Amino acid sequence: MENLVNIFVKSVFIDNMIFAYFLGMCSYLAVSKTVKTSTGLGIAVIFVLGFTVPVDYLIENFLLKEGALTWLSPKFADVDLSFLSFIIFIAIIASMVQLVEMIIEKFSPTLYNSLGIFLPLIAVNCAILGGSLFMQERAYNNIAEATAFGLGSGVGWFLAIVGIAAIREKIRYSNVPDPLKGLGITFIITGLMGIAFMGFMGIKL
Amino acid sequence: MSAEKEPLFSSKNIKLLTEPLNDSNPITVQVLGICSALAVTVKVKPAFVMAVSVMVVMAVSNVVISLLRKTVPPRIRIIVQLVVIASMVILVDQVLKAFLFDISKQLSVFVGLIITNCIIMGRLEAFALSNKPWQSFLDGIGNAAGYGIILIIVAFFRELLGSGTVWGFKVIPESVYDFGYENNGLMILPPMALIVVGVIIWVQRAKNKKLVESN
Repeated sequence: MENLVNIFVKSVFIDNMIFAYFLGMCSYLAVSKTVKTSTGLGIAVIFVLGFTVPVDYLIENFLLKEGALTWLSPKFADVDLSFLSFIIFIAIIASMVQLVEMIIEKFSPTLYNSLGIFLPLIAVNCAILGGSLFMQERAYNNIAEATAFGLGSGVGWFLAIVGIAAIREKIRYSNVPDPLKGLGITFIITGLMGIAFMGFMGIKL
Repeated sequence: MSAEKEPLFSSKNIKLLTEPLNDSNPITVQVLGICSALAVTVKVKPAFVMAVSVMVVMAVSNVVISLLRKTVPPRIRIIVQLVVIASMVILVDQVLKAFLFDISKQLSVFVGLIITNCIIMGRLEAFALSNKPWQSFLDGIGNAAGYGIILIIVAFFRELLGSGTVWGFKVIPESVYDFGYENNGLMILPPMALIVVGVIIWVQRAKNKKLVESN
């Protein structure tokens, strides 16, 4: 249990998707103009990451990894399908996004209406595919750890986008040099936020 | 085939190649493909390899989609695009693993992330779906070059100031260190990539007034 909390906290603060790996920057820059929309997108990302990482973990361990197919027949012990992982992961992500969209529509129409347009966009958000690929690279021990990592990365992404949106709402009233307005200043602020988040690096978990 | 074919390098086609280098640069103006751009720019060498990989993937998938553009129904085009891109990325990844194993290790997941690199999807949607293969090829090369240039500029400054080397060769002489010069360790850390890109955008927009945003 303690281990799961560690993985969660580590992926929220220390290995933050945006500040440490720059994943999902495109939608991060495009959708961070107001706090309200960025909250919606952030929640959708938490959902999708929390779903896809464990599913991709199962696929990786029962289908793709070298020797993963032994549960079918011992003959497959040296079959290594991991070169297929990109194409399978992206297919899983696209279908999971669709599925999550349908589930939310069914059970919470209000949430669906506020997320609406952002859900399909998530399929091409690199944070999602990145989450699955990091899960593959770091080789977590069991599905609970993979889920904790997925949820943690989602929460970290959520924190980052809501933070930058709040800053951008305020900075509109500031006197920024003309060529730096808009994109330029957003990059520099993200950099400064990243430096602040580096303060967490010292924490040993 | 029509009789009066356009010459291969007409001025319009040349423009497709050169425009993404400055006026419509994918990173600093269209804001596409930032995700993978920043993480690989600690050293010039991986940045260069990444730029070449993106160029290959982009040129080929642009041509393929452009050839398929009349046969793919619009409703399933995103899936078709993802499949084309993903197969190209798998090829590039396998080639890198076979011939440049060290760099492939450094790039880690970022080769796979070329699939979701918005630059490629964006150009396929915006250009290859409505243009002929040769033009799409030029557009792919041009945009990948614009992406690569920013990558290499960022990597150059980060490697020079962060480790005192360029392409792995020492360029800052030992005597400077004797005077008390230190490599700036901050440049190697991720946040500085964002700040360097921010400054590049600043310089570019100061020179090119029509890119300045109103807000």
